[in-house]
Amino acid sequence: MTIKAVRNLRRASQIMFFVIFFWLILKTTFEVSFNAADATEIKLPYPVSIALEFDPLAALMTLLSSWTLYEGLLWSLVVLIPTIFLGRFFCGWVCPMGSLNHWVSEIGSERLSRKGKNKIESNRYRRYQRIKYYIFFACVGAALLGSLQAGLLDPLSLLARSIGTFLLPVLHTMTAGALAWMKGLGWPPLIGGAQAVYDLLTATVLPYRQAFFHGILTIGMFFLVVLALNRVFTRFWCRAICPLGAMLGIFSRYAIFGLQKDERACDKCNLCLERCQGADNPDIGSKWRQAECHLCLNCQASCPQGALKFRFFPATAGTLTNPAPTPKVDASRRKVVASLVGGLALVPLFRSGDAFEKNTSPFLVRPPGAMPESEFTARCIRCGQCMRVCPNNALHPTILEAGLEGVWSPVLIAKIGYCEPTCTLCGQVCPTGAIQKLTLKDKVGDKDTPPNRIGTAFVDRGRCLPWAMATPCIVCEEWCPTTPKAVYLQDETVLDRQGREVKVKLPYVDPALCTGCGACEYACPVADRRAIYLTSVGESRSPKNQILLERVRR
Amino acid sequence: MERREFLKKTGQAAALAAVTGGLGLVFHNRETSAYHPLVAASPDFTIPADPLFPTVALARRDDPAQALQAALDAVGGITRFIHTGDRVTIKPNVGWDRTMEQGANTHPVLVAEMVRRCLDAGAAEVIVSDISCNDPRRCFLRSGIRDAAEKAGAKVILPVDEDFLQIDIGGELLTVWPVLKHFVETDRLINMPIVKQHSLTRCTIGLKNLYGILGGRRNQLHQQIDQSLADLASYFRPTLTVVDATRVMHRGGPQGGSLDDVTIENTVFCATDPVAADSRGAEFLGLRGDQVPHLVLAEKSGIGTVDYRAAGYVEVA
Repeated sequence: MTIKAVRNLRRASQIMFFVIFFWLILKTTFEVSFNAADATEIKLPYPVSIALEFDPLAALMTLLSSWTLYEGLLWSLVVLIPTIFLGRFFCGWVCPMGSLNHWVSEIGSERLSRKGKNKIESNRYRRYQRIKYYIFFACVGAALLGSLQAGLLDPLSLLARSIGTFLLPVLHTMTAGALAWMKGLGWPPLIGGAQAVYDLLTATVLPYRQAFFHGILTIGMFFLVVLALNRVFTRFWCRAICPLGAMLGIFSRYAIFGLQKDERACDKCNLCLERCQGADNPDIGSKWRQAECHLCLNCQASCPQGALKFRFFPATAGTLTNPAPTPKVDASRRKVVASLVGGLALVPLFRSGDAFEKNTSPFLVRPPGAMPESEFTARCIRCGQCMRVCPNNALHPTILEAGLEGVWSPVLIAKIGYCEPTCTLCGQVCPTGAIQKLTLKDKVGDKDTPPNRIGTAFVDRGRCLPWAMATPCIVCEEWCPTTPKAVYLQDETVLDRQGREVKVKLPYVDPALCTGCGACEYACPVADRRAIYLTSVGESRSPKNQILLERVRR
Repeated sequence: MERREFLKKTGQAAALAAVTGGLGLVFHNRETSAYHPLVAASPDFTIPADPLFPTVALARRDDPAQALQAALDAVGGITRFIHTGDRVTIKPNVGWDRTMEQGANTHPVLVAEMVRRCLDAGAAEVIVSDISCNDPRRCFLRSGIRDAAEKAGAKVILPVDEDFLQIDIGGELLTVWPVLKHFVETDRLINMPIVKQHSLTRCTIGLKNLYGILGGRRNQLHQQIDQSLADLASYFRPTLTVVDATRVMHRGGPQGGSLDDVTIENTVFCATDPVAADSRGAEFLGLRGDQVPHLVLAEKSGIGTVDYRAAGYVEVA
């Protein structure tokens, strides 16, 4: 096989893994067959989070922060162990975020800075590439104290989150808006065509219902900035920021596969540098850096003299004009220690403030089956799969509701969607066990088992129609799914403004029965701020955040 | 300046001024509200009364399909209601993510049987749809209705935003409201409710089931629910009301959940008068029709009779 064929194989591999990743996220949605036999316990037909389970960074960080390797995360060894022998093949051949960065970097540009000599110079190894190692070690520090921050910058989490909660919803809004606009123009062929395109999109990529996400602006901006940086430096994210790339770079310390340069054959054309993705100095005259190389093989394929060859056990002897390659990561020991300490220090900083348990927002309602907050923050990688799969659009990325520590972790916003009593999909897709898998019985309970509770509803008597406005309404009671209903009604005769008697039914909430699903808040007709609302107190996962004495565990 | 140049320059400016001013005039709108709701083509799907047949016919059978068949035959058989080439929309209650046994949704066997009857009578197309309260995908799955209706040959349509029309219902309280188009753009509408307790309207049967054709924040209607139900029933008049009383929910309605709240009655009845149908149904909950305010209001607006016996009632042996 010629080197050009191998390079084409790499390109095919990048496309294939990107398509698989995208397809898995598309399938992270409730679209089971409507066979009545499936109705008892609704499950997704595919292991949609499997791509995230192959992520060594998620595996290492959850291991450090929770001291367990949850379920499918063992798959990450399939990536990590070959990396030890080969180097960062994952970055060049597999990583869908890396591929996206690669493609965005390579789209033709008229800017002078991206051509010829400028491009060659920008592809030489630079000191800014060390940043990723310091980020990685800061994440390790935070993880050691039980705070998983790597998920913010983990490329697989980043891409899953950005596609699921940003790209697809925005695409949906755009296409629905365009369709409505074209319908408004009233020209039948245009409407027919637009409808056909829209139907095709709904049949392929768009979910059954338009999803709305609370933290979408921050997620979208972050993603777009990451993509835009590729226009300044080729694969800037992969070279300078990506903590997964850093981790794989560190693990390629003892790689037995690498680049061998033949200085006699080289005529200094620098085509290798012009095509280099990782900025790892493939040219003769500088030190090749194993830890930076993505194994894209562009250098070997573009070398007209055949002076560059990737091979097992490459010759490592150096000469004056061809310095020996280095397997070492270019990060100063001092700064590594400093980043680690910085990461460690982040945790007390996060937790001495408002957000962690002392003054947590009452509206921080976590998904059903979520672990206690300290273990939850030790595991959530903010991939957004739970938000994507939630059939009611109930789960949303936080901005600051869970403190700085929990940016983009899931929160239930009942006003937009409530927690479907018989649904357990969020736990099914969580790759790290931050949301545990619940059976239907765990979720709804039975005579011997209490149901899983995520909060408690409260009536806002100042806004409630029967309580405050002498107007009948029972919608919260009607929607309450528990048996008997946690929302109950008491008959009352009240006086309206004219002093006439009006019979109303006043809603009350029984905290012993309420599971915090939020259906009442969702359905309440007081449109802007609901007259019945959900807070987290009473959640099964916390022994302290309780009202009822019999539930408080010390 | 030359004359030619003067003409050219002023001409250009004048042309732009004319276009600008013209566009302003074209788009100028003196109406302060540009909102023109649709008026439904024909929301009245009723058929002419026939003195040969009773208004309400009730049958008790262990098999729901047989009960439906017996009751349907007693009111004139399917051919009285459905003719060759008709587009038929069936509106069962698929409001909640509940199983058939929990009695919150219409029995799937009844829906399937009705679909088959309509197709046998030559219907061109039978649509089954509802605007569920819970996630419609779940409701149609767990209730068994999607599976049963599709196997029987119906087109099951879950509501999507693009399918709503703004319709002027023209009621006292209900005016312009989004309605799912499948309940308007059809020839025959068959209402298939189930009998359940409801804490505000006391019972939810056929009139309340029609709520399921409305989109928007329909729960705001609960402030004056009786009047809004009467408005809705006066406007949307189904061809036939088929009431599922195979299971009756006495407490915890309309969503239920506990099997203890449900009794098994094995009864189905068909009615050409929606008010009479509900009045009969209310008796399963220990209510007389005249104790149900929305039925009384509906009778006042002239769409039916609370006293179903006077309207013509048979029980099939």
